[in-house]
Amino acid sequence: MSEQYDVIILGSGPGGYVAAIRCAQLGLKTAIVERENLGGICLNWGCIPTKALLRSAEVLHNMKHAAAYGLAADNIRADLEAVVKRSRGVAKQLNQGVTHLMKKNKIAVHMGTGVLKGAGKLEVTGDKGTETLTAKHIIVATGARARDLPFAPADGKRVWTYRHAMVPQELPSKLLVIGSGAIGIEFASFYNDMGSEVTVVEMMDRIVPVEDADVSAFLEKALVKQGMTIMTGAGVEKLDVTASGVKAAIKGKDGKVVTSDFSHVIVAVGIVPNTESIGLEALGVKAERGIIAIDDYGRTNVKGLWAIGDVTPGPWLAHKASHEGVIAAESIAKELGNKDVHPHAMDRRNIPGCTYCHPQVASVGLTEAKAKEAGHVVKAGTFPFIGNGKAIALGEPEGFIKTVFDAKTGELLGAHMVGAEVTELIQGYVVGKTLETTEAELMATVFPHPTLSEMMHESVLAAYGRALHI
Amino acid sequence: MPIEIKMPALSPTMEEGTLAKWLVKVGDKVSSGDIMAEIETDKATMEFEAVDEGTIVAISVPEGSEGVKVGAVIATLATDDEDAAPVAPKAAAPAPKAEAAPAPAPVAAPAPAPVAAAPKANAEDRVVASPLAKRLAAELGVDLSKVTGTGPNGRIVKADIEAAAGGAVAPSAPAPAAAPAPTAAPAPAAVPDFGIPYEAEKLNNVRKTIARRLTEAKQTIPHIYLTVDVRLDALLELRGELNKALEPQGVKLSVNDLMIKALAKALEIVPKCNVSFAGDELRKYARSDISVAVAAPSGLITPIIVDAGTKSVSHISKEMTALAGKAREGKLQPHEYQGGTASLSNLGMFGIKQFDAVINPPQAMILAVGAGEQRPYVVDGALSVATVMSATGSFDHRAIDGADGAALMQAFKQLVEQPLGLLA
Repeated sequence: MSEQYDVIILGSGPGGYVAAIRCAQLGLKTAIVERENLGGICLNWGCIPTKALLRSAEVLHNMKHAAAYGLAADNIRADLEAVVKRSRGVAKQLNQGVTHLMKKNKIAVHMGTGVLKGAGKLEVTGDKGTETLTAKHIIVATGARARDLPFAPADGKRVWTYRHAMVPQELPSKLLVIGSGAIGIEFASFYNDMGSEVTVVEMMDRIVPVEDADVSAFLEKALVKQGMTIMTGAGVEKLDVTASGVKAAIKGKDGKVVTSDFSHVIVAVGIVPNTESIGLEALGVKAERGIIAIDDYGRTNVKGLWAIGDVTPGPWLAHKASHEGVIAAESIAKELGNKDVHPHAMDRRNIPGCTYCHPQVASVGLTEAKAKEAGHVVKAGTFPFIGNGKAIALGEPEGFIKTVFDAKTGELLGAHMVGAEVTELIQGYVVGKTLETTEAELMATVFPHPTLSEMMHESVLAAYGRALHI
Repeated sequence: MPIEIKMPALSPTMEEGTLAKWLVKVGDKVSSGDIMAEIETDKATMEFEAVDEGTIVAISVPEGSEGVKVGAVIATLATDDEDAAPVAPKAAAPAPKAEAAPAPAPVAAPAPAPVAAAPKANAEDRVVASPLAKRLAAELGVDLSKVTGTGPNGRIVKADIEAAAGGAVAPSAPAPAAAPAPTAAPAPAAVPDFGIPYEAEKLNNVRKTIARRLTEAKQTIPHIYLTVDVRLDALLELRGELNKALEPQGVKLSVNDLMIKALAKALEIVPKCNVSFAGDELRKYARSDISVAVAAPSGLITPIIVDAGTKSVSHISKEMTALAGKAREGKLQPHEYQGGTASLSNLGMFGIKQFDAVINPPQAMILAVGAGEQRPYVVDGALSVATVMSATGSFDHRAIDGADGAALMQAFKQLVEQPLGLLA
């Protein structure tokens, strides 16, 4: 017997489960298929548990600097096992939260591995055997996994992916992090705060290469000051895993290959979409290097088949997946005759990115360089944390906020931040950007005092030569 | 379930209209066929009938609102008593494409709870556009009121302005920006104020359409004018006899009715003049539908006698009487004034001797008929008095050669001077 649904979602990560909830809200008979944990990587093995780890690191950092706040703390030490346990507990709580949300929204959960078997047909193999589900629409939301280095596949002992790095049995004494994107830098920051000796190797000429060059430069300086070794324009040529550690041959900026010993290696050189062996090829789904081609609403080239999240073109971020999930759900409801939904096209220019290292990094839109590349005459403004009362009171006087405007139209093209709590600040600019703000509205906005957000105002004023506190 | 009453498309091409008048108010019960509102399109005012039965619980578009998009929710009808309590109209989304000037703020119904009503003036002037869209529009000379918004609830966003300005705008290109939007209506230069007292009257849709179409015609169509003098004595005599014969049927033919017939017949004889110039093709019409200019209180309108060539003159006369009546009341249906293959304009009743009319595109000719008057006339070499009128054909020279236009005028003259041909 096969069950007939309006929509089946393959994968229950932040894209899939959000799409399922929105489908259910719109009155569609919805099923979700998951092979491992409801909530996917994000809240089981990604965004959320790492934030729990990083919070522990932050508290530890603050304890170590207690004297700066007039406080005394002796015998400060980290209990790695307890830190990991807390992180797993947070993940578990959220996993149960998703289970509850599925139940509340009457979404059928099928645990198992799904494979597409023709249009609108999905075969699910789980513990209880194999069943075939059918639906008018299927959304592929199978996400992605870490990319392996061809010469050194992760073994979980000495060579880790994010997944191993999240549940360490022991603290690496000397850690090599390959790749300085959000994942690499967050783990580098965590282990550095926890007491490991950390080296970061990045192939590009700067760390966090998708961010504004000013942010990369500032962050590198801050991390080096914290004791990290950072090698840019460098590549790992060879990894030799031994019983006691890893020998890494690293080719530096100068072209010389130097071999160093590390206790552990974290590989964070990007992700690979999970689009193999789910039956996409047989259906003729258009994809390039495993990344499924979609329109602005999530439609693939196959009628009734949709794709969202990390299996589609980037940025590969949870909030982008969730947003695509909502758009796809509404578009499906519309195709099924709902006249009250008005899905909007995905606008990739307004997707913020956040990195939770210490100091934090957050951004939206074009970097100054990218804006110039696109032909804009740019007006950019920068305001430093040191000019902000709240930042000084917090004891976090390091960082800045930079804004980039089109000189002619005043369009806010991008915003780039590094410093304490900037991941919570960026959304102000995202809202403005989504509403198509110009500098005039931002200047005319009242920002509360004393907050870090005042720097957002000052940055805009600075772009027009009007900053007040500098 | 409440039913959303939407702005109707009163003709296939209608995109927006003016909600001229509400004939119902909140709380009124309506049943199928009741007239709820009068809606003004670019040509006429039409009555909008209820389809469903129920109680009006909300009116979302105030009367007098211009540019209401087809499909926009204008009122809400409750079908059963449970729903009959007045509800505030949905704040958002008067239309999927509410845009620019329209998006009138919902009018608060006289509901028990006081609901703040936006001042009417504000409501009509409100343009829902992003800050960036407004600034770009100002820079590129795009009229926001003519832009359709694609953002949430029809909000005008940057992309809409770029589209209206003709393609993507180079991002703050170092060079000066693109030329003003080619799509913007050709607004006349501001009229200087010489201090002469005047009263400004807002243009109605009919006047706007006339202005637009006649400007378009004179600017794009190379007109040629061909005038003939036509002796009317025989036609007047025939008309007298026909009217005597038709009196029992209550039909009274006018000279104009006979002119309609004569023009239609002439077009059948010279089909080269019964055409439209359509860019890369010429449309040759298979029948003669004559648009007849009628002065209505709201402005000129041209109801159509379809296939006037094959209709009897008494039939034409009856139809014309009915159409002219409707035209004066502004009640013509779109199919009654849209179309036509050639036009007839008659100012003879004002004593106008001769005039040149402007072609009504996409038609390719219009016949301007002056007054029939007694003039000295040479018949067989001797001077006598005859009743004569001057008729001038305006022709689209892109589609019609001078000789073909002349042939049409000749055929027309012959049909009027030997009018029995009109009856056969």
